[in-house]
Amino acid sequence: MRRVVITGAGTINSLGQDYASTLAALAAGTVAIGPLDIPDVDRLSVRIGAQVRGFVPEDHFDKAQLGLLDRFAQFALVAGREAMGQAGLVVTEALAPRFGVIVGNSGGGMRTQDDAFRAVYAEGKNRVHPFTVPRLMSNAPSAHLTMEFGLRGPSFTVSSACASSNHAMGEAAAMIRAGRADVMLTGGTEAMLTFGGIKAWEGLRVMSSTGCRPFCATRDGMVQGEGAAIYVFEERDHALARGATILAEVAGFAMTSDAGDIVMPDPRGAAAAMRGALADAGLAPEDVGYINAHGTGTAANDRVEAAAINEVFGAATAGVAVSSTKSLHGHLIGGAGAVELLSCLSALAGVIPPTGGITDPDPDCDLDIVAGAARRSETQVVLSNAFAFGGMNAVIVLTAPDRI
Amino acid sequence: MKDMMDSIEQTVIDILARQAVLDPSDIATGDRLDALGIDSLGMVETIFAIEETFDISVPFNANEQNGGGLDLTTVASLIEAVHALTGETVA
Repeated sequence: MRRVVITGAGTINSLGQDYASTLAALAAGTVAIGPLDIPDVDRLSVRIGAQVRGFVPEDHFDKAQLGLLDRFAQFALVAGREAMGQAGLVVTEALAPRFGVIVGNSGGGMRTQDDAFRAVYAEGKNRVHPFTVPRLMSNAPSAHLTMEFGLRGPSFTVSSACASSNHAMGEAAAMIRAGRADVMLTGGTEAMLTFGGIKAWEGLRVMSSTGCRPFCATRDGMVQGEGAAIYVFEERDHALARGATILAEVAGFAMTSDAGDIVMPDPRGAAAAMRGALADAGLAPEDVGYINAHGTGTAANDRVEAAAINEVFGAATAGVAVSSTKSLHGHLIGGAGAVELLSCLSALAGVIPPTGGITDPDPDCDLDIVAGAARRSETQVVLSNAFAFGGMNAVIVLTAPDRI
Repeated sequence: MKDMMDSIEQTVIDILARQAVLDPSDIATGDRLDALGIDSLGMVETIFAIEETFDISVPFNANEQNGGGLDLTTVASLIEAVHALTGETVA
């Protein structure tokens, strides 16, 4: 079977605007959640989030580009450039048709939508920016990545709410395994911290106004973040032949559906996804040393996820470190799994990032939660969970490169 | 004042009846909302309807057992909460 390895990683998120600074902030347990700085914030009841601060688009793009780039596409391009730089790939005429892009995203160009709706509804204007459609379309980040690097293989955007990134990365790996591509840029991006974006989430009454404390007895909901992480997934022999540095192997993945409730998670669907991903990787629960939990900090998710982990791992649960880094960088919705895979790479490199904000561990979540400070680890096998609204679950297994 | 009290009670019951797809006469103030078949999503919609109807904000978070100290478990306690919140609005 063709195997898939990660040979490049790039990111921009509230913790850092590149890979190295993000991993350092994750290891330090930095909480990037703070007061939101967006228009009309005074009309929101939720006024905190994990924003990307100090990002100057003009430092990265010229004027012609910026006219076509919503913030979510800007994030994807910044992260993609870093990943491509790290991978050191030369896109030759021969490679270009074998190189594709699958990016996960949920909201599309929310800032563009927000601005356009504000113009026509609130300000009574009769026209919007001429590039409103190409800016807001969900496949824009994928399209711009193909154009930036001349990638002519399969490309599209995957949208499955909070599991979008894991679905995207799973599909990208499947694409390489199946022989339809040799290299894929994949990951996810989201920029939903707009007035309309937050207002919509407020309606569900699941957002916290105090902070994100997954698996804590006092948790009172989720906090949104924004940003992107993009990876170079490469067929293993292709990577070995060119002497590429391998960050990890994408050893397994699985996707399941609850087929139950549109918002309430079901432990059976989550458990089936974790079990399936391990089976796909040919690994046992005892092999796993770390799980980056979906861990949203809502009452429903954390209890269901803890039950699902216990069901799959049984007696091995005690030996699996678990953390939810949404407590640090917020919930990136369609970009969540991509940014959270950074914590998995960190764990394989020896440092498990902690869950922030926990004061009283919830006794109903019987897990070995890494809280407060990072933990040293020699684990060779890690899992990343994503369980979305719609009952769509996607779990990825990474293994250490020296395990190969 | 009595009429206004009755009006709040009747309006809340009408909202609950629409949410639970029941006849208002089938709803008693002693009923629990979950016993009426109003689940967590139904609760979110109910609170939204109440906020829009009475022009109030109900401090309800689906992650907490109680809504900002308000008991929202029964028809009677919900009516009481609306009274308290509309009272604050008037004041």
